[in-house]
Amino acid sequence: MAEKKIMLGNEAIARGAYEAGVKVSAAYPGTPSTEISENIVKYPEIYAEWSPNEKVAMEVAIGASISGVRALVSMKHVGVNVASDPLYTISYAGVNGGLVLVAADDPGLYSSQNEQDTRCVARAALVPVIEPSDSAEAKEFTKLAFEISEKYDTPVIVRTTTRLSHSQGVVELCDRAEPADKPYERNPAKYVMMPGNAKGRHVYVEQRMKKLSEDGADFAINRAEYRDTSIGFITSGIPYQYVREACPDASVLKLGMVYPLPKKLIEEFASKVEKLYIFEELEPVIEEQVRAWGIDVIGKEAFTVQGEYSANLLRRAVTGEDMCLTQAEKVPARPPILCPGCPHRSVFSVLNKLKIHAAGDIGCYTLGAVAPLNVIDTTVCMGASISTLHGMEKAKGKDYIKNWVAVIGDSTFMHTGVNSLMNMVYNQGTGTVLILDNSTTGMTGHQDHAATGKTLMGEVVPAINIYHLCKAMGIEHVQEIDAVDLKELERAIKEETKRDAVSVIITKSPCVLLKGNVFPNVCRPVPEKCKKCGACLRPGCPALTKNADGTIAIDETMCNGCGLCQKLCAFDAIACEKR
Amino acid sequence: METKNIMIVGVGGQGTLLTSRILGGITVRAGYDVKLSEVHGMAQRGGSVVTFVRYGSEVAEPIVEEGCADVLIAFEKLEALRYAHFLKKDGVIVVNDWRIDPITVVTGAAVYPENIIEGLSKTHKVYAINAMQEAEKLGNVKAFNVIVLGLAARHMDFDKELWLDVIAETVPPKTVEINQKAFLIGYE
Repeated sequence: MAEKKIMLGNEAIARGAYEAGVKVSAAYPGTPSTEISENIVKYPEIYAEWSPNEKVAMEVAIGASISGVRALVSMKHVGVNVASDPLYTISYAGVNGGLVLVAADDPGLYSSQNEQDTRCVARAALVPVIEPSDSAEAKEFTKLAFEISEKYDTPVIVRTTTRLSHSQGVVELCDRAEPADKPYERNPAKYVMMPGNAKGRHVYVEQRMKKLSEDGADFAINRAEYRDTSIGFITSGIPYQYVREACPDASVLKLGMVYPLPKKLIEEFASKVEKLYIFEELEPVIEEQVRAWGIDVIGKEAFTVQGEYSANLLRRAVTGEDMCLTQAEKVPARPPILCPGCPHRSVFSVLNKLKIHAAGDIGCYTLGAVAPLNVIDTTVCMGASISTLHGMEKAKGKDYIKNWVAVIGDSTFMHTGVNSLMNMVYNQGTGTVLILDNSTTGMTGHQDHAATGKTLMGEVVPAINIYHLCKAMGIEHVQEIDAVDLKELERAIKEETKRDAVSVIITKSPCVLLKGNVFPNVCRPVPEKCKKCGACLRPGCPALTKNADGTIAIDETMCNGCGLCQKLCAFDAIACEKR
Repeated sequence: METKNIMIVGVGGQGTLLTSRILGGITVRAGYDVKLSEVHGMAQRGGSVVTFVRYGSEVAEPIVEEGCADVLIAFEKLEALRYAHFLKKDGVIVVNDWRIDPITVVTGAAVYPENIIEGLSKTHKVYAINAMQEAEKLGNVKAFNVIVLGLAARHMDFDKELWLDVIAETVPPKTVEINQKAFLIGYE
């Protein structure tokens, strides 16, 4: 009997890639896609890398495919925007070895800046999309994606969502296939996408999508389940499970391929059910196409375009049932916060003290936007901090940004921040950029990058030196400061924001959650000296709370002994001592 | 078997993922179909976290919905209150009698509710334990979550030996003994 294992959706995708004989995998970490690469690297047969950003990762996979091997590239939904330039064109060129992009959407915005639907990108780029509904399918569909890719000469998107990526289910393991490398032949008409060649390929792409739509009627992953035909659902992915849960007797057309849609199959299903619902999270992608074919359906007028779906949501809209017995209690919110001892907190406490605004970026430090730190004013996308600050200066003049800085993490700087900094130098900006260097990609759970000196596969390699990189751009004023040295931080920030030139302050201190970090110290209150002023509480360290009498309590199980609270206390009412 | 719905709630960093891994492991060993759903990324940073475990003969959706939970395992009191409406009629709450102030309380924007356990006991079957204290006595405060799991295990139909086996398979080798001991504190 085949071995059965309980697997995370992402782990199952990695397993599927392994079983499909994938030889190259590239990615940039991003919730909810990160664990795909973290599991792929467990298979020594696959070369796996963290690339500096999703565009580069996509191009690495494209190169591998053209050379004749199967290649996987994975990213979160907004990463697809970064990778869309190569994606749109490789759709024309097609593949040699199978090429699969796993795009992880985030309905409900568990860890993202928007709720975009990758199926819309796929429709624009003319790339087929398949969508699994649980871990077992995640593995099987990934394998199938490589077959479709090679058969139809197209990149294929496997679309997942946070719920699928971060759910576990039972998976049956199979052996790895070892498909022979496809021979490489020089073929500029296919792989050199200049106008004359691309014109021809566009004709092919349109034919390909038409053929896929026709063949899709016979794909086993597009499955009509006829039960009671008074109600029918067209659905896919995780929402399929909600339909099964809430309306187990209803008929369902479960679409494994959600773009292009199998017209014949949909028409047939629609003709056999009395009331037809389309149950899809986010955008009405299936609905609009089905309506365009003149089929009467109920879709987004009954179900929201926002957030995650659930069986309860379906019950309320369709059957009128309600499982809820009581309303949720109104209780204090518990939003995510920076960890105790996080070096970002000390940097933000200085910016807060100096009343400096920050153009922010994507990472843990985005949490500097909320109370009590309230430092970050803008967050758009990876790398945007530096360029938006530059735009403000060009709009309002250099004096306008004297009380502004850009803050960006080390991994985000390597991702796309470096381009923005080049622009600031080239176009004669005078902004101050804080690179919060905690030696890792923090928010996604500690992935290495080009400036950490280690690869995804664990090789020790020369680290790109951020200081020298900035210097090489011709930036004269680059300072490296210990991120927990408040006095030095204050001095450097005051000095550099005054300056009429681009300047960079690299604040250095490793993420407190990094493996191998040791915390010999712990902070303890000295209640008799406490004046109850609350200065130590201001940066919002979760280890600190106020006692009923106004003095301070420090939870020793949470405290990492960074000493920030001690430095902020003017009365020596906190001691930082050996554990 | 009808699907059984378990929720594990707490504060990011309290080890809900380890606990769900043990729960997932035991359901597979017992031959059930199982689905689990977790929170990764941004929501882990000291925020409110929730993990769903569903097992039975055939499980469709991976989440537990409002009004459907059989057991709510809470590593912190306020989180028990936050998710109590997920319980079905007759559902039980197993709660660590422990308070962690959210940042909204620390900054004074909100007030931490008083007498949470007493209040919940009026409407639900509540089993409370100060697992932090128990874990400290045991010599490793980090094992508190497995103590709470032990208490919850009384409301699930798996043998003690199977629990101990799965704990041994799941936790790091060096911590097997202490985690098994912790489990038994809650279980017995």
